[in-house]
Amino acid sequence: MIAIVDYGMGNIRSVEKGFLKIGADAQITSDPKTIEGSAGIVLPGVGAFRDCMANLGKLELIDTLIKEIQKGKPFFGICLGLQLLFSESEEFGKCMGMDIFKGKVIRFDFKDSQKLKIPHMGWNTVRFVNRPPIFEGIPDNSYFYFVHSYHVVPEDKSIIAGVTNYGMDFVPMVWKDNVFATQFHPEKSQELGLKILKNFSSFVDKA
Amino acid sequence: MLAKRIIPCLDVRDGRVVKGVNFLNITDAGDPVENAIFYDEQGADELVFLDITASHEKRKIILDVVEKTATDVFMPLTVGGGIKTLEDIRDLLNSGCDKVSINTTAVKDPYFISKAAERFGTQCIVVAIDAKRVSDNMSEATVEDWFSDASLKEVCLDLSCSSPQWALSTHGGRKMKLINAVKWARKMEELGAGEILLTSMNRDGTKDGYDLDLTKAVSEAVSIPVIASGGVGNLEHLYEGVVYGKADAVLAASIFHYREYTIGEAKKYLSDKGVPVRL
Repeated sequence: MIAIVDYGMGNIRSVEKGFLKIGADAQITSDPKTIEGSAGIVLPGVGAFRDCMANLGKLELIDTLIKEIQKGKPFFGICLGLQLLFSESEEFGKCMGMDIFKGKVIRFDFKDSQKLKIPHMGWNTVRFVNRPPIFEGIPDNSYFYFVHSYHVVPEDKSIIAGVTNYGMDFVPMVWKDNVFATQFHPEKSQELGLKILKNFSSFVDKA
Repeated sequence: MLAKRIIPCLDVRDGRVVKGVNFLNITDAGDPVENAIFYDEQGADELVFLDITASHEKRKIILDVVEKTATDVFMPLTVGGGIKTLEDIRDLLNSGCDKVSINTTAVKDPYFISKAAERFGTQCIVVAIDAKRVSDNMSEATVEDWFSDASLKEVCLDLSCSSPQWALSTHGGRKMKLINAVKWARKMEELGAGEILLTSMNRDGTKDGYDLDLTKAVSEAVSIPVIASGGVGNLEHLYEGVVYGKADAVLAASIFHYREYTIGEAKKYLSDKGVPVRL
């Protein structure tokens, strides 16, 4: 069973519906025991970094998630679920993350002359740098749906799995061993997005 | 490169798709879920449901429409119309929609936008602005006429303008407020809107094309994405909205609904003219 972590942030129903559509066994939960008993974990999330960490903390899920990730359980972070893996975010001052990966989460900072809108909202392409197994069968430079104002800057460049350009190159996905995470929303990216969920589900089955 | 979005809009009343001209003369035009799936197959980038159900008891129908759509359609869904409380937003998000579009409630209580953005995140709060060109015989109203609450006056006084080019229109075009639509857009961004859905009430349903001056003025005034809406009659209008109106996304209802063009044709047209779209 894949545990979809519910911590009161954002639209987890879409993620659940995505996994149901591809026929995976997925369950929405905020119970640490259920997460421990799962075969794989999905951490979705939209909204503010600080609120997300606070909610995860209130539900006493932070230690559970870190422990399960370190044990090698397949993990998939989506949007804020990617950002929360990092050391700290500059959203509303400074806020500590789960520190699975060293690095920062920073706001897009454009010059006025660039006339670029924030949030970065809509469909943009992802160029693979190091294609993770859950991206098998996904063509390079495919479009995925993004909506975010902050992006991750990993210290360890080896975890960077792809690059997207929005006024500058930024990191839309990371991968290290059992941990996959995307800034874009596979559950909102039509067929190719569902393919990623399907691949993650297969990865969980094989793990 | 970020693609310009093509967004078909479905006007839904009592669970059925309807399409009218200038918000009147409404005719029945099908099942919303079937239409959503049809657009999904054509490669639409997002979908907007505009719920124009009048009666309160029937408002729950839209939740069912969203629930069914989100089971089969995996792209961003926005629902607008009749959203009055944070619970309304929560119910819609729980049904599977991603963003809500708020119009009249924002005009009545601008701080509702901050509360909604704080609770659900700015990314899911779209403020719908229905703007109408102001003509000479309309200039008697002032902002005080509309806002009795003193705290609202404070927010809105600086938005009042003796001769704005575009003023706000609410209640589906039936009411006007002499609030400068461009300044209002900026105020909504400040209060936490993540996107603006901008409709020209002069153009809506006319097939004469977007009000490009309005679209450009709003798009340049804010740093959040702007969706152009109202008046599309052909594919060139979509191009104009993006290029001259500087819109980040273009919304249209009837040209897609009555199968005059497919989403694919619209994208190919834009792509051939050098606009980045997701093909």
